[in-house]
Amino acid sequence: MTEIWSAVLVLSITGAIFAMVLYFVAQKFKVVEDPLIDEVAEVLPGANCGGCGKAGCRAMAEAFVKQGNMEGLSCPAGGAEVAKKVAALLGCTPEEKEPQVAVVRCNGSCANATAKTHYDGLQDCAFANSLYTGESGCAFGCLGLGNCSRACQFDALSIDPETGLPVVNEDKCVACGACVKACPRGIIELRNKGMKNRRVFVACRNKEKGADARKSCSAACIGCGKCAKTCPFGAITVENNLAYIDFNVCKLCRKCVAECPTGAIHAVNFPPKVERPAAPAAPAAEASQPATAEATTNNTTQA
Amino acid sequence: MKTFAMGGVHPEENKISTSAAIEEFPLPKTAVILMNQHLGAPATPCVAKGDTVKVGQLIGKAEAFMCANVHSPFSGTVAKIDICKDAFGLAKPAIYINVEGDEWEESIDRTPDIKRECSLEPKEIVDKLKAMGVVGLGGATFPTHIKYSIAPDKKAEYLIINAVECEPYLTSDHRVMMEHAEEICIGVSILRKALGVPNAYIGIENNKPEPIAVMKAMAAKFEGIIVEPLKVKYPQGAEKQLINAITGRRVPSGKLPIDVGCVVSNVGTAYAVYEAIQKNKPLVENILTVTGKKLEKQHNYHVRFGTTYNDIIAHAMGTLPETTGKVISGGPMMGKAVSNLDGPTTKGASSVLVIDESEAKRAEESNCIRCGKCMNACPMGLEPYLFSALVKNRRIEEAGQHNILDCIECGCCFFSCPANKPLLDEIRLGKNLYRGILMAKKK
Repeated sequence: MTEIWSAVLVLSITGAIFAMVLYFVAQKFKVVEDPLIDEVAEVLPGANCGGCGKAGCRAMAEAFVKQGNMEGLSCPAGGAEVAKKVAALLGCTPEEKEPQVAVVRCNGSCANATAKTHYDGLQDCAFANSLYTGESGCAFGCLGLGNCSRACQFDALSIDPETGLPVVNEDKCVACGACVKACPRGIIELRNKGMKNRRVFVACRNKEKGADARKSCSAACIGCGKCAKTCPFGAITVENNLAYIDFNVCKLCRKCVAECPTGAIHAVNFPPKVERPAAPAAPAAEASQPATAEATTNNTTQA
Repeated sequence: MKTFAMGGVHPEENKISTSAAIEEFPLPKTAVILMNQHLGAPATPCVAKGDTVKVGQLIGKAEAFMCANVHSPFSGTVAKIDICKDAFGLAKPAIYINVEGDEWEESIDRTPDIKRECSLEPKEIVDKLKAMGVVGLGGATFPTHIKYSIAPDKKAEYLIINAVECEPYLTSDHRVMMEHAEEICIGVSILRKALGVPNAYIGIENNKPEPIAVMKAMAAKFEGIIVEPLKVKYPQGAEKQLINAITGRRVPSGKLPIDVGCVVSNVGTAYAVYEAIQKNKPLVENILTVTGKKLEKQHNYHVRFGTTYNDIIAHAMGTLPETTGKVISGGPMMGKAVSNLDGPTTKGASSVLVIDESEAKRAEESNCIRCGKCMNACPMGLEPYLFSALVKNRRIEEAGQHNILDCIECGCCFFSCPANKPLLDEIRLGKNLYRGILMAKKK
């Protein structure tokens, strides 16, 4: 019987000593953390995509709480909804930000930019880019080896096997910008989603002179400047033989789309144009332009 | 017989063009002279559109430190100064020349007489090499005058002439030794004088018995030139491996050959040095092997750079054989596939290699079985399989800690891999990315 009592006694004493040690250690090395951080982290998407520029959602939550407001910080993955929740927790007004989406500015599909060579090396855009121009001969176009789709944390990008170009799933894309960083040729750009999700953009990055650009791709921007002259809002600039449409200025009138001789300007998510029976002045070539634009519209929205 | 200590492989030699004597390549109608045919910054054009130029006239001036002069290989008029797509489709500054006749600068000695005496001082030799735009013809096109301007705190002890030609197929060094042995030896003597070293070693692999015999007989007439036959092993022609084979020294990681007292030049460079110093002839042409298993005739040509690959193919074989898989500039191990045959040849081009379809395609890749063959093959003692995994997962800094930058891109790992993994591709990508990180850190 005494053995049991001595065992109970020894264990109780050691237990008491450990409890005391642990208590003092907990007091001494206490980490004071704002409970708000946990709350903010809770409402963030938790994908750790890095789209905000921070190491992950937790780091972003810390940054939010440390700053106390949302100025200059935004979670592209969460969008307006998350911004509202975070603002409520922080007690400030959410920053208004136009929703954005990744846009692929290359139209060098297998049909437009036919392969002149065959590449069977490492399936990595960054490597192929360091070697040579790519199969089509265009030094600015998409290589189609899928670095962007591998970089996407939201499964919003995939390479279309038919065209060889990346396709953005607009419902899944959160505009975190991971693909923009992954593309060695800077083809992907984050653009404002636009009214009713409609966008007009130049699907080309080729800065070569017109004739050279056409040699490698039939749908290349040749820098003719017709679009810039047509644009009533001055949204288009042509620099280094390449047109660029400023999405903040563009009013989606689509005059440039009809004007572009190579079909390099794309208009997406517009309803199909109604055939006007009495259109005597419109030649056949002009009528075919919106048709190609719509074809790409379907491609982009399918995904 | 001497060879380097670590790694290496022995690919099929395929030296089928050894008996083809060097022919003069006919002048093309138009030519494109790239402004960066060498390692470093591009030269600045110093002629204008419409100017008439002579062969050997300076058309591109070296203004940066790491740069070499470019001279016109043709006589004619400058058609335009514009961007040109090189053999790999990359845009580079270039001078377009409409070739008219073949008029040379008066200062150039074009007689076949051999000039043996050289009275120039070492400093004058280096300055003249700089003026003549001589670059290393082994493939890296490192400006020769920089290599031979030894920093005051370093001392050269060995001059090594690289006549190994360890790449399969290539025979330009073989032919130049057979036909210009005396000129090479004079060139070597000049380089020896420029460095002030007692002995120069010419390393030749012993699969070239004829050139070894010719060079040995010729070297006996010169003071301080030793011909060193070497065991056949790829990549013996790599600078660091050749130093190890001949001197037994090892160039430490991140250091240059001069840090172990060695200077290595290609045998073709020695010939170019002879022509530049003794004959006042700038570097305007190169010896190019045109070869391939399916070709009816094999050739070695004296080609002036600026001639396009299409011109060479048209003259050498009419059209490419129907079953051609790819055309390679350089050897099959380290050369690069030419994607734009309209592109011009450059100072560094050593061959036009026509590979048949059956041999051009890569075998299908499978998983790494951890056999370690790539490690055994690596002549730099690196771990290619590790780099492959690290680069795939973009753990670039870790790859850097494992000395990824020491890789000489010889391709032994890829050659020996039973799983056909694109190891070299991954390492090259890793090197590029790691250099980017280092650059960003410097800023």
